[in-house]
Amino acid sequence: MSIVESVSSERSLLQIEDLTLAFGGVQALAGVGFSVAPGSITSVIGPNGAGKTSLFNTISGFYRPACGSIRLEGRDITRLPAPKRAALGVARSFQNIALFRGMTVLDNIKLGRHCHLRTNVFDALLYFGRARREEMQLRAEIEERVIDFLEIDHIRHAPVASLPYGLQKRVEMARALAMQPKIVLLDEPVAGMNREETEDMARFILDLRAEWGVTVLMVEHDMGMVMDLSDRVVVLNFGQVIAQGTPAQVQNDPEVIRAYLGSGRVDELRRRLAGARAECPA
Amino acid sequence: MSFDWLFLLEISLAGLGTGALYALTGLAFVVIYKATRVVNLAIGEMLMIGAYVFFAFAAGFALPVWVAIVAAIAGGGLLGAFVERTMIRPMLGESPISVFMVTVGLGSILVGLVELIWTADPRRLPEFLPNEPIFVGDAYVSPKVFYGFWVAALLIVALLIVFRFWRGGVALRATASDQAAAWSMGIDVPRVFSLSWIVAGMIAAVAGIVVGAIGGISSTMGIFGLTVLVVVIFGGLDSIAGALVGGLFIGLVEAWAGAYLGGEFKVLAVFTLLVLILMVRPYGLFGTHEIERL
Repeated sequence: MSIVESVSSERSLLQIEDLTLAFGGVQALAGVGFSVAPGSITSVIGPNGAGKTSLFNTISGFYRPACGSIRLEGRDITRLPAPKRAALGVARSFQNIALFRGMTVLDNIKLGRHCHLRTNVFDALLYFGRARREEMQLRAEIEERVIDFLEIDHIRHAPVASLPYGLQKRVEMARALAMQPKIVLLDEPVAGMNREETEDMARFILDLRAEWGVTVLMVEHDMGMVMDLSDRVVVLNFGQVIAQGTPAQVQNDPEVIRAYLGSGRVDELRRRLAGARAECPA
Repeated sequence: MSFDWLFLLEISLAGLGTGALYALTGLAFVVIYKATRVVNLAIGEMLMIGAYVFFAFAAGFALPVWVAIVAAIAGGGLLGAFVERTMIRPMLGESPISVFMVTVGLGSILVGLVELIWTADPRRLPEFLPNEPIFVGDAYVSPKVFYGFWVAALLIVALLIVFRFWRGGVALRATASDQAAAWSMGIDVPRVFSLSWIVAGMIAAVAGIVVGAIGGISSTMGIFGLTVLVVVIFGGLDSIAGALVGGLFIGLVEAWAGAYLGGEFKVLAVFTLLVLILMVRPYGLFGTHEIERL
């Protein structure tokens, strides 16, 4: 068993083990564990309040888990601050769009490169040498690839606040992509989108893997999209993983059906809530 | 009876001279507010400390003026770093009013510190600016005000360039816009907080040296900060452009009120303006509309 586990952790890009997070008496995550294979699209689903966004915030470094570990390519990143994780290749988007308002699309995308830039103030004052070369290289790379890829060339110089919702989501994805991440965490990439926009976004997510080799971990409520795109689905409920596997496996899992539709039995709900109180090993 | 245009020009130039210093100090205020959302009422006292550090090095230790200027700027930066780390960072997440009150207390502490070390007597800084009278056209401008204006103007331009192109400046703008997003993009937000206080402390020190060179230094010179507060409320707390325009405008209004109504009307004019602004545009000329109210 231990051999199997070590093999699986070598092959996974992101390995989550026994992750526990509590806000006062509310257990947001209780011993969550799963792994994300490199180059895969993994979706995290679950009813509202299941702990999906908490999980994302813990992976990207906004919350410190009480116990458990997060490994990126075998390296333990559980205690690293968010900016360090960004530099190592964890990028994310937010459920409520978090673009830098008051800046243009291009400025926002450029900021995605921030974590990789190495210049000091004297370079920048002179605006020669390293800073300039970096700037040129950065611009070329971003303009050629990210903007083309996400088809936002026409709004390059538009202030982000003026854009419609769907495009803002796309700019946010572009910004994450400009970080050249190993893994992108997408928090509800198609929430509030119409059918057409959703299809566009689904195409971008598939191309993200095909063209950029980026691994995708997403939280999404659009079940059609989740089942179509995902290689693997992880189902959370009450902060626990209740099922994981291929979309087909998960769809037929009685636990999952109960989680979404309910079993109609109050005693079972009580039992489940009591079971969700995982303790950290001392 | 004809209107004395030359007189108007002279006092306007003097007003712009003071206004540039208001703008510079306003910039220090705005940098802190933009990055950390802290209303720093102690900006005038930080300016005073800069002036006194300069005084200590230039007059006390009789070092060359340039050494003293560098020492004062470094001192201002250190003060900013110290204040941020020990008083502001622990208040993270507290209500804006509480943090605001901390800065009020900080102002009192700094005044007390100055009075302990240098007593409350006003002092004169050693002369270091050229002294020959300057004429713009026919209008006479006091040389100190003239050079003070250019020092402030050059520093403001330099800062604007740095904020525009240096990645620390970009990080500052990003942090000002969305802290969570900045944090997830690899921007070290706490370091941006420190940086903004250090930069503000250094700017305030330069402004303090110039203000002190023009009018002398005393433990009450922090009152300068009150006018700066009017300037940034006028321009918008989070607007650098607002601080610049507001600084020059308030400088002019103050000079005109002093010349045509009498010296005692200077403060009255400035604060009447404040009341008007708060009634008409409470977020300032260029400020963001949804700024929280104190």
